[in-house]
Amino acid sequence: MSVETTPLAVPPARKTAWFSRLAGDAGTLFALGVIVVMVLVALLAPWLGTKNPSEISPSLRNKTPGFEQTIRNDDGSSHVFKYRMGTDSLGRDIYSRVIYGARVSLIIGGTVALLSIAIGLVIGLVAGYIRWLDAIVLRLMDGLMAIPAILLAIGLISVFRAGLGSVIVAIIVPEVPRVVRLVRAIVLSVRGEPYVEASICAGTPTPLLLIRHILPNTVPALIVQGTFICANAMLIEAILSFLGVGIPPETPTWGNIMAEGRGLFRLYPHNIFFPGICLALTVLAVNMLGDGLRDRLDPKLAKRV
Amino acid sequence: MTGYILRRIASTVPVMLIVAALVFLMLRLTPGDPAAIIAGDNANADQIAAIRNRLGLDAPLLLQFFQWLGNLLRGDFGESFYFKKTVAELIASRLEPTLALSVATIVLAVAIAVPLGVLAAYKRGTIIDKIVMGFSVLGFSVPVFVIGYSLIYLFAIQLNWLPVQGYQRIGDGFGGFLQRLLMPALTLSVIYVALIARMTRASVIDVLEEDYIRTARAKGQSELKVLFKHALRNASVPIVTVIGLGIALLIGGVVVTESVFSIPGLGRLTVDAVLARDFPTIQAVILLFSLVYVLVNLAVDVAYTALDPRIRY
Repeated sequence: MSVETTPLAVPPARKTAWFSRLAGDAGTLFALGVIVVMVLVALLAPWLGTKNPSEISPSLRNKTPGFEQTIRNDDGSSHVFKYRMGTDSLGRDIYSRVIYGARVSLIIGGTVALLSIAIGLVIGLVAGYIRWLDAIVLRLMDGLMAIPAILLAIGLISVFRAGLGSVIVAIIVPEVPRVVRLVRAIVLSVRGEPYVEASICAGTPTPLLLIRHILPNTVPALIVQGTFICANAMLIEAILSFLGVGIPPETPTWGNIMAEGRGLFRLYPHNIFFPGICLALTVLAVNMLGDGLRDRLDPKLAKRV
Repeated sequence: MTGYILRRIASTVPVMLIVAALVFLMLRLTPGDPAAIIAGDNANADQIAAIRNRLGLDAPLLLQFFQWLGNLLRGDFGESFYFKKTVAELIASRLEPTLALSVATIVLAVAIAVPLGVLAAYKRGTIIDKIVMGFSVLGFSVPVFVIGYSLIYLFAIQLNWLPVQGYQRIGDGFGGFLQRLLMPALTLSVIYVALIARMTRASVIDVLEEDYIRTARAKGQSELKVLFKHALRNASVPIVTVIGLGIALLIGGVVVTESVFSIPGLGRLTVDAVLARDFPTIQAVILLFSLVYVLVNLAVDVAYTALDPRIRY
């Protein structure tokens, strides 16, 4: 997945060796497999025997998994539509909602990871390098980190109207300080290196210095961190939806399918279990990929945690 | 030493000030006029203006912030728009369930996670280690509420061993209190167990390579004593640190778990306040939880010297 973004200095021959070592680990291979399947499911959602995930059918409310509906066609023949995962309290097909839900969950995971890393990287590079700014930025980040992530996210949601964009922002804000701290620590550790000082002596302008000589050092740690942020973002989206402050139910996400299933959970647990299993499996795979990447890319960290 | 502790305590003040400023700004920048919300649909402009004046919402922002901060320090958290009570009363009435759930969770999590982590470290590389670590990754990956509903489905609906939901105050009978607390605490402890077990394993593995462990074994100390007396004691600093940092996860989990099990605590209050856009309550609860988080980590830092006398400041 992240093969294209390995450290810039690595020659191509080692790149494939690195990849085969990563894939050689059974856990990571399983993780990659699950992620590829989920991405394919999200992309191919309309062709996987789904129907409109928002179509409400009052006569088909709360059907258990495996329910079959015979639909009469115009020419007199009939065909059978099978509700593999049953229907919810509005008669919507859970299977279709779970399949389409993969799209939103993956989009949120990916977007939050990329944006948190990008924002944190810029702030961290600048704070780590420009000393007077460092203290101010650090205090602000400490303040943000002192608010537990889920509380900060639901607090932010209460400010905006709930929607895809505001949910993404609400998940990014608590993640950014962690990236900033990581990047800053790396900048501080490399800024005394001879090649950085040599570059300063050679008169390299600061922005170029940051991008060309300091930024590449942060890449391995950021790839690992980005993977964990992605996994965490999918979980937090589900939690926000579950609490009723997430993405509105017109757009199915694994979180809001479960949120809608809450009320009738005792009678129809399938509303929660199917999306729950998909979410847990995907998050597990992304976490395992992160562990695998960390062992390869960031051995120092791997030993500690 | 005393100097360090004083400096460390002082360092929490700017952090809490920034948290207060963030919380204040975040909720003051919202669209929608709280005065209009309180006044209801039938109020005219004068009534709304009167309410706005009474709550001090028409003063300049900076002045409002310092007034608010001064009130907070005097224990006045304002008046809830939605619940029509003072926020302090509201919080006090919701404190017990949350405190009970958190303490039960921490006790349960430490009691499960530390022995598991030590075992995994001792059996490093074996199938036992892999199972513990696998469980740990899984614990990070399943949303709290899915764990909660799975436990309800298994223990309350299928087996009928425990009540489905609800909370019983400790004053109304200890047995029922524990019985109702067990499932929520178990639910909430999963992610915490995952976190602590992982750190315990890593920390104990490091310590087991030390010379004094070999010495302890050489003088014929039993393995159990070597592990829990010599190794765990010296491995405790990172473990206690992660317990402190994990409070943030615990607080997030409290919010969700209380919703799953219909526990009338601070977490449920937070969600209700957000859904009702009840800003004074949201502000107070976020501040309170952040303060607890910061203070717990302060206590952890100070505890280092007691745990590991080699640490000197």
